[in-house]
Parts: sequence; structure tokens; C-alpha cells
Amino acid sequence: MSFLMIFKVALRAIWRNKVRSALTALGIIVGIAAVIAVIAIGQGASTQMQNSISGMGHNLVMVFPGSLSSGGARLGAGMSTTLTAEDGERIASEISHYVLAVCPMINSQAQVMYMANNWATSVNGVGPDFTVVRKWDVGEGSFFTDADVKSGRRVVVIGQTVATNLFGSENPLGKTIRVRNMPFKVLGVMAKKGSNAMGQDQDDILIMPYTTVRRVLQNSIFNNVNMLMVSLHSLDDLKAAKAEIESLLRMRHRLGKNKADDFDVRDMTEVVDSVTSISRMMTILLGVVASISLVVGGIGIMNIMLVSVTERTKEIGLRMAIGARPVDILVQFLLESIVLSCVGGLIGVACGVGGALIVGNIQKWPILITESSIAISFTFSALVGIFFGFYPAWRASRLNPIDCLRYE
Amino acid sequence: MLIEIKEMYKTYHVGESTVNALNGVSLQIDYGEFVAIMGHSGSGKSTLLNILGCLDTPSSGSYLLDGKEVAGMNRNELAAIRNEKLGFVFQNFNLLPRTSAIENVELPSFYGKKVSNAERRERAIELLTKVGLGGRLWHTPAQLSGGQQQRVAIARALMNRPSVILADEPTGNLDTKASIEIVEFLRSLNDEGITVVMVTHEDDIAAHAKRTIVVCDGKVVQ
Repeated sequence: MSFLMIFKVALRAIWRNKVRSALTALGIIVGIAAVIAVIAIGQGASTQMQNSISGMGHNLVMVFPGSLSSGGARLGAGMSTTLTAEDGERIASEISHYVLAVCPMINSQAQVMYMANNWATSVNGVGPDFTVVRKWDVGEGSFFTDADVKSGRRVVVIGQTVATNLFGSENPLGKTIRVRNMPFKVLGVMAKKGSNAMGQDQDDILIMPYTTVRRVLQNSIFNNVNMLMVSLHSLDDLKAAKAEIESLLRMRHRLGKNKADDFDVRDMTEVVDSVTSISRMMTILLGVVASISLVVGGIGIMNIMLVSVTERTKEIGLRMAIGARPVDILVQFLLESIVLSCVGGLIGVACGVGGALIVGNIQKWPILITESSIAISFTFSALVGIFFGFYPAWRASRLNPIDCLRYE
Repeated sequence: MLIEIKEMYKTYHVGESTVNALNGVSLQIDYGEFVAIMGHSGSGKSTLLNILGCLDTPSSGSYLLDGKEVAGMNRNELAAIRNEKLGFVFQNFNLLPRTSAIENVELPSFYGKKVSNAERRERAIELLTKVGLGGRLWHTPAQLSGGQQQRVAIARALMNRPSVILADEPTGNLDTKASIEIVEFLRSLNDEGITVVMVTHEDDIAAHAKRTIVVCDGKVVQ
């Protein structure tokens, strides 16, 4: 019997029991739709988390000041004052084979004013490489230069939130704002960055030369910084780069063999790894749940195919009597269940994609539908049809024609 | 000889006891014969017809069909024999429900040798016209009377140009008028040279056959 003909017979058998076929396919539809939707949402969430982490900086390694011991009492981390911007410059120049750029950072807080408006915000005192290291461009105007840093000029680049709160719809470029009552010239406005992985508004910020923060805002006599942000060419060199940074800093800080580090080198890999593994675990977990529903759908197909075989025992007997071989009967019923599950799979893919898009729209979740997830789940539905359709079809093919013809 | 059966036994095991449905049957049917097999119920005539129709295999003995030994064949070989050489007519017609007459008639040609769609359709129309249903090609079994359904079944049996038509109580479910029509139609087919083997328990139906074989207790009596 030609394949096309068997296909037609299968389609007709399915069409004859429309309601029953639809309900059977529904099991597969739900299963496939669940798999597609869950994977789309899971992968979307995972990419978003990865994006927000990589948004913190370009291949970032952070160097913090270490703890300080004073007369046996150990002070907390970050108390050491030995980490300086010069350390950063030396890292950039001496480890340039690994390091792309270094940006020192001094954190502060300040009340800022423009005309009648005022706003409290955090201040980042940084170097000119800030835009490279944080992967964060200036939206309007320009960033300050090396010269501004060297002479500690009172210039500032503001975040979008600060711009809105101080200037409203006015153009901030070239205006003078007062930071702790001292005049600062606005050079530029940063591009919008949004909230970070922790949900903090990254646009609520004032950025100025670190030298200015130290001299003007802090009146500090030390030249230490709160952090050095080191941007690597590639994360593949992470271990080697960290080791070189550590040895360079130990040498520069003249730490003897028995002395502990007075700094702390950290990177983002642990955060990235844990986020990736959490999201992967979620996807796998939800995928397993969805697959179980697919198996349940498959059992539904098997059930209905067994009923179908029993119902059509006479037809099987007749087909055998007029010359159908066991394999013809096997293929006929197998194809019926495959068609059923594939049609269910197609509708399920459509429902899953649609459902994921709707949920993503309503909940403002990021959705990532990959071709591979569609291809895999559709293939899976076909396999479910073959797997669960085989036993009923095999049973039909083993029937004895005489018994079938006598069956009432 | 078309059919040559020698010393055929068929034993069924029902629990502990064994039933000898065929007890050493030998018979020969030549090309162009019209044979009626008679016998009361339980005589073994149905078993004999099933074996003749390659639906069942004998426990022992030989069955030459068209000169070929059939007794030891496997299921696929038997299916091919049924498809090419045998045409079945059943007591309860066994047409596919909700399927048109013409598609029912075409059914045997989908198995076995490849036939083009046009050729198949042409032959099915020709056969249905021959059995007097040329105007009802697209009627489903539910829209046809018992006699008409049986004629569709006969057309189906003829589809693959079989060597022999095997009819199992073809008039069992029909009224007297339709029964006579059917058996006379079988007779007219036989007149065209087609071999017909028919099982029946009605004497007046068997009377249309050219030869009658009586089976009793698994043996050919006459």
C-alpha cells in the first residue's frame, strides 16, 4: 500500500472521530505548549540576568582596599588606605597585555542644586576610562578628560535621573549646578542605563573626576581610592590577570612574604556562574514538569489508539483478508498516532509561542523563543506519537484475521 | 487442478481437550468449477473454507493452490496469496462503514501490486456497473440494501482478478429474493469462467452450484 494512501486513510480515521481526536491531541498540545512557553520564559529570564550582570562592566575585575590592623584590633575591609590611583595606572601600563583599561573610583554622597531644584544623590569620582570600563556611553555632551582629572576641575557628568530632577525639560549642558554649595559645570548627560541586577537606579548619579571628589568634597589628605575597576581584554585570561595584579600590588605596597594582602581582588565570574546555574536549574526543572505533561499526553494517545484498534477489529480482519500484510496494518495505525501527535505538536508550538508572547507582554518578562526549542519539541511530539502508538499498532498487526472477522 | 488438498488435519486445543475440526480431508477443485460446501454447524466447513482462503493454516496435510504449496507459508506470503489469488465474500458483507461503494471496491488494489489511480478507478467503475450498481458508486453501505451491499462485496472480491471466489454463507443475511439474485450472479460469474467455492447450509442455494461437497465431523462425506 502506498504511503500516501495510508496517510489518507489515517487522516480519514482521525477526521471521523473529530471530538475524540481533538481531545487526544489536546494532551500533546498542552504538553508541547508548556515546554515551548516554559523554555522561552526561562531562557529570556536567563539572558536578561546575564545582560544586567555584564552591564556592570566590561570583563570587570575589581580591586578593593583590604582590612587594616591597628594595635591588634582588625578593622573591617576597605579600611586600608594604601590603594591608590597610581596603582591603577601601573596596572594599566605594566599588565597591558591583559588589561584594557583601569578606572579608579571614590564614592561619596552630595546634595545638588540647580535654581530652585535640589536633589540628593551619590557621587562617583572616577577617571576618564569610566565609559570604557563600565560600558556606559555619554548620551549628550562629553565626558571629562585626563586634564580635568589632573587639575581636579569642578566638572560633572550627570545621570538621567539627576538631569530630570534638576532640570526637568531644560537642557543641562553647560549649566552650572551647585554640589554641596560649590559650583560645578555640567559637561554631559550619561545615556540611560536603567536599574542594575539589584534593582538600584543606576541613572541616579553624579560623575566627576576622582581628584575633584577627594580635594573638593572630601578634603582628604590621603590619596587612596575606594576601588579600582580593571577591565580585561578577555575573561579567558582572568586567572593569570588576577595573579599579575596581585603580585604587582604586593610589590608596590612593599608587602613582605609573611604579610597578608592589604587589598582584595574580586571578579564577577562567581555571580555570573551562580546566576547561570540558577536559571539553568529553573529551566531544567520546568522543562521536566512540562515533559511529564507530554508523557501524559502520549499515554492519552496510546489509550485512544487501543480503543481505535478494538473498535476497528473488523476492519483489520477485512484488510487482512484482502491482502494487507501485518506490516501494512502496523504502519496504518502507527501513522494515525503520529499524525495525531504531530498535528497536536504543531498546534502546541503555536499555542506555546503565542502563550509565551502574551505572558511576556502582560508581565513585562523578556521572552526568548529559539528555533531549536521549537524544533526539539516538535520532534519530541513526533517521537511521542511513534513511541506510544507503536504498542497499539503492533497489537493490531498481530491479530488473527479469522478472530477479527468474527469479532462483534 | 486449482485446489488440491490432501490428508488435511486441523486440531484446536481448547483448555485440556483437543478438537479435531478437520480430520483428514482430501479434495480437489478444478478451474472453472462452482462448488458448494455443505454441512451442519460444527461440521468443520468453516474451518475448511478458512484454510482454503489462507486465513488459517492446517495442523498437517498439504494444500496446493494453483500448483503452489500453501500449507507452510508465513503470514506475509499468505497475505500476498489472498491479495492476488483469492476473493472473499462474507455473510455480513464486511464493507468499510462510511466509505463509498467505489472506495470499498478499490480497497484490494491498494495492497500488493502497484496500480495507477486511473486504472484502479476505471476497473472499480466497470465492476460496480457489472454488478448493477453503476448508478450508486458513491453511496455508503448504510445507503444500500443488503443485496446491494453484497454485490459491492462481490465487486470488491473481483477487483484483483482472483483465481477463485470464496463465499462464506453469502446469502445468510439476505431475504429469499436477494439470496437468489446473489447466487445467480455468482453462477453467471462462474459461467464466465471464474471458479466459485461457496459455503452454505441451505439446500436451495446449494442447488445452484455444479457440485456439492458435504462435510461432516471434519471429513468429506460426499
